[in-house]
Amino acid sequence: MTDGQTPDVIIRVKDLRKVYHVGDVDVHALRGANLDVRRGEFLAVIGPSGSGKSTLFHILGGLAPPTSGQVIIDGTDLSHMSDTERTEMRQRKVGFVFQKYNLLPTLSARDNIEMARALAGYPPQPSNFDEILSMLNIKQRLNHKPRALSGGEQQRVAIARALANEPAILLADEPTGNLDTENSNAVLEILRYLNQKTGQTIMMITHNPEAAAFADRTVAIRDGVIHEG
Amino acid sequence: MINKLVIENLRHRWVRTLLSALVVGVQVMSILTLIGLSRGMLNDAAERARGTGADIFIKPGASFTFASGQMNQKYVDFIRKQPHVTHVVGVLMQPVQTVLSINGVNIPEFRKISPEFQFEQGGPPANPEGIIVDEYYAREHRLHVGQTLNLLNHNWTVSGIVRGGVLARLMVDLSRLQDLTANTGRISQIMVKLDDPARTKEMVEHFNQLLAGTATAISVSDFVSQFSINNLPALQAFIWVVVALAVVVGFLVVFLSMYTAVIERTREIGILKALGAKPGTVVGILVREALVLAIVGWIIGLLLSFGAKALIMGVVPASLQVMNVPSWWPIAAAIAIGGALLGAIYPGMKAARQDAIEALAYD
Repeated sequence: MTDGQTPDVIIRVKDLRKVYHVGDVDVHALRGANLDVRRGEFLAVIGPSGSGKSTLFHILGGLAPPTSGQVIIDGTDLSHMSDTERTEMRQRKVGFVFQKYNLLPTLSARDNIEMARALAGYPPQPSNFDEILSMLNIKQRLNHKPRALSGGEQQRVAIARALANEPAILLADEPTGNLDTENSNAVLEILRYLNQKTGQTIMMITHNPEAAAFADRTVAIRDGVIHEG
Repeated sequence: MINKLVIENLRHRWVRTLLSALVVGVQVMSILTLIGLSRGMLNDAAERARGTGADIFIKPGASFTFASGQMNQKYVDFIRKQPHVTHVVGVLMQPVQTVLSINGVNIPEFRKISPEFQFEQGGPPANPEGIIVDEYYAREHRLHVGQTLNLLNHNWTVSGIVRGGVLARLMVDLSRLQDLTANTGRISQIMVKLDDPARTKEMVEHFNQLLAGTATAISVSDFVSQFSINNLPALQAFIWVVVALAVVVGFLVVFLSMYTAVIERTREIGILKALGAKPGTVVGILVREALVLAIVGWIIGLLLSFGAKALIMGVVPASLQVMNVPSWWPIAAAIAIGGALLGAIYPGMKAARQDAIEALAYD
């Protein structure tokens, strides 16, 4: 499942197509998308509703298989992976940050982070994670459950969880969509700082040009096709 | 961490958890109380037979019945004349309540064969209108010596209260009971005491030859051994019906609880799958939750069965006897766990099959 891609390209998407069958209708969400993301790059994918950006997010995250085309992440080809292989890939290669935070409500912030480790079969605390927790400014809030945290704090916990398994790429889907301006800026600053400080590859899906401005590079997606911004 | 998630999920919806465990507990209690009642009633009957002190019972015809006098009292004198027989006591049994009978017996004669026939209060009747009750009947009906008791449309005066576990709960003079029930000269069975209990088998054979089918002799030990659930196929069938119902109830309760949990936690299942939870992990979470419900339910059921026993033995000890049957505790646990696991399978499969993207979009 490995591919001899260019060493500094961590995500390669070639002629990616995705067709959903909704009743008797075929919906072409991606129509031959092409994209290269370099290792350590902070990329924003911007596009309106229905442009195919969420579908791209789901395929790159291993949540959905492509209909055709090639998707290579950190040397691993996702195109022909089974469900089980994609599940294993999600455990270790990809970290997700969602618009609605998606923390498990019954667990504390700390346990939410450790759950990601546990599902990947890792011991509870990754090395040098203290630094990341300090950077995210959530060390004092780790014993609280999500309902006791503000939206900004929940999103920072979600970022910590996404980074817990030291993934090859961090995928963020509208990470500021549920936050006010102050918290949005804080989260985007954190993503940029993480990218610059640790070299974490980040791909952020957004419809907001102001959020996209925090990235190194922006590409636009429209009607299932990616255009360099 | 998965175990922590399981516990936290159950704690999060603690009312539902508690109610589900309680229903499983009631199911476990029903099983244990039914078994306890069956064993208790049979054990009580066996104990009362043993408590007579007799070596052999002789009953009319070929089958035993608690119905009133079917045997001529003249058999008593006939048996008394047989070798190795030291004492013979005829008994007339007359049903008075659903599960109780009043026994007419020659009380001075009966005292000679039963060392366990001991008075806790009072003594034998001074006249034919006296009645002896056992401790359980006295407790259930709050009776004391000297009180009047109306049975068979007749007022009896309690002359004494005896220890339980001997012959019957209610004992009166044989002749008085025969007259009252139009059974003059009739009895229900005969109790025989031998000079040497080692001769019991030999004497049973002797009596059966002698009586030639008009009555049947049986050793008390053989008679007592018949008081087993294994000898009562109808009771066994009833128990298995209750057990089957309990499994169905346990299955339905856990199924509904887990099914609701899966619907309610659709988004969380999506999160777990996005984080890389395999289908087996998702099923495992539901199965562990069901197991916790079953185990907590079993503990509740065990405690409730002790409570039910205390209640029954405190309120109606003469009518119903319950005993603890520890050998059924693991069986009840297996039934609770089996029902719970069955109930967790479908919701678990549904959760495992859930599409992660759809689940994450669920509100």
